[in-house]
Amino acid sequence: MSTTSVKKSHIDQRMLDVIGYVFISLISLACLIPFILIISGSLTSESSITSDGFRIWPKEFSWDAYAFALKHPQQFISSYLLTIALTVTGTIVGLFISAMAAYVLQRQDFEWRGGFSFFFYFTTLFNGGLVPWYILMVNYLHMKNTFWSLLLPPLLNVFYIIILRTFLRSIPDAITESAKIDGAGDFTIFIRLILPLAKPGLATIGLFTALNYWNDWFNSLLFVQNEKLYTLQYLLYKMLGNLEGIRKVMAITGMQVTELPGESLKMALAILVTGPIIFLYPFVQRYFVQGLTVGAVKG
Amino acid sequence: MRTGLLYRLKSKKTLLFMIAPAVLYFLLFSYVPMAGIVLAFKQYRYDLGIMGSPWVGFDNFKFFFMTGDAFRVTRNTMLYNAAFIIINNVLQIVVAILMAEIGSKLFRKTAQTIMFLPYFLSWVVVGAVAYNLFNYEHGTVNTLLRSLHIPELDIYTTPEYWKYILIFFSAWKAVGYGAVFYMASILSIDRETYEAAEIDGANVFQRIRYITLPSLRPTITILVLLAIGGIFRGDFGLFYQLVGNNGLLYQTTDVIDTYVYRSLLVNNEIGMSSAIGFYQSILCFATIMVTNFLVRKSDKENALF
Repeated sequence: MSTTSVKKSHIDQRMLDVIGYVFISLISLACLIPFILIISGSLTSESSITSDGFRIWPKEFSWDAYAFALKHPQQFISSYLLTIALTVTGTIVGLFISAMAAYVLQRQDFEWRGGFSFFFYFTTLFNGGLVPWYILMVNYLHMKNTFWSLLLPPLLNVFYIIILRTFLRSIPDAITESAKIDGAGDFTIFIRLILPLAKPGLATIGLFTALNYWNDWFNSLLFVQNEKLYTLQYLLYKMLGNLEGIRKVMAITGMQVTELPGESLKMALAILVTGPIIFLYPFVQRYFVQGLTVGAVKG
Repeated sequence: MRTGLLYRLKSKKTLLFMIAPAVLYFLLFSYVPMAGIVLAFKQYRYDLGIMGSPWVGFDNFKFFFMTGDAFRVTRNTMLYNAAFIIINNVLQIVVAILMAEIGSKLFRKTAQTIMFLPYFLSWVVVGAVAYNLFNYEHGTVNTLLRSLHIPELDIYTTPEYWKYILIFFSAWKAVGYGAVFYMASILSIDRETYEAAEIDGANVFQRIRYITLPSLRPTITILVLLAIGGIFRGDFGLFYQLVGNNGLLYQTTDVIDTYVYRSLLVNNEIGMSSAIGFYQSILCFATIMVTNFLVRKSDKENALF
């Protein structure tokens, strides 16, 4: 190979490096700025927002919004507890059911796997739509204003089952085979051997499921009127649209209405409802790329 | 034969039990509602239930198509999703390829973490972000414009801007998440292929063109096909939380899903909203069938089924 071609490939590599670093930095920045905006907004004094507007960096620092949000924590605490209960229960149960299904679907000796795969996949091709589902939930299963109406809808997701199945395929069949010769049943093999080996896949899908629960507001919007069943996101949604309502309530209860840090409060609430779930990410991130291969839908 | 099937069922008893919860779940929550499609042809009455309500033929559909909303919401849904599918996937693929080529591990890890952050935000919080940016009086955009002595923008009353805003937020939220799928498949490419190409004198752009992109093809196909299957389904959270019930913007922001939601929960038009839901499902089904057929024709391996 001539030296010129080696040199040329070096220049190309350099060029790609430059493009790569610049492009990725720009995208990262675009992903970061909105976060900075809400954090900064939540830490700006109300008077400074009213006179000068939101900025990337606060003009006048203030903790008022957080102090205010946490002054009457009853509703907050109950929404937090509900959301945590939903997230934990839903993620564990959903992950277990999905992993079992995914395991069965990738077992080469399970002759009906193509049929079952299509049974699951078909639900993404065609569905009855929002209305029949809503009527089923409300009029036939009587789930309006129940914990179940929030727990069941995000429980399973066909796409996640497909991802898990693809992941489980990477575990050699020999493991199942040899355990069988040793006399282990299918369920024992699944619990003892497959689950521990499937950690990256489970961690990834677990994080997605947890996020779906944590961020769910749609099911509350459809099914919940009782304040005891407000999830965190729904509470935020209500408060964002309803500062006027909060003002009225405060006027009745005799609080100083003028002290309400309305604009910064919206941002502080957004931070408070997002916060905890982000801490899951570092624990899961190392499994991420491993866990996320998608394979064909075909059985 | 019968004993054969019984024997086979029995030998797979445990596996059948293991898959049963998922099967029951989708049977109840996905297949049972399919029967509710008959509602599209009925005038629903709470006291009579689905089966007892009187038939009205195609009246529900007629009403929807006569209002003129049908064309608008269908067009909006399709165009937005087409834009999301193209822009998001191109961005994700470019990000994944560049990330794979970047040498610094620290930079890669940091960038990946940051790009994944938006995926953690609920659409409600993204709505708050949009409010922070675009609010007329206090919004960051107008604060910036004012300090530069440029006239302010009245974003929440101008439908034109929202095409770009919605496309931006969709890409913003999905870029890091989607890129990981592509990174995962780049990682599974055999390193030796690259080394061999390098020895043969291929430069880095040629390696991307002739090795990386072709090996991404199955992943691209499956993700895009899955997305195309939902091309007539809007991301309800994106549209509802960013725009809300702002009627001023419907011209450019109303999609089938927000329309169905309004006719169901706000206007309580059960029959019409199920008719639209049915119409939407048929459109999705037809699209995926046609696309899958086309993919099958050109390359059998990568078709969904």
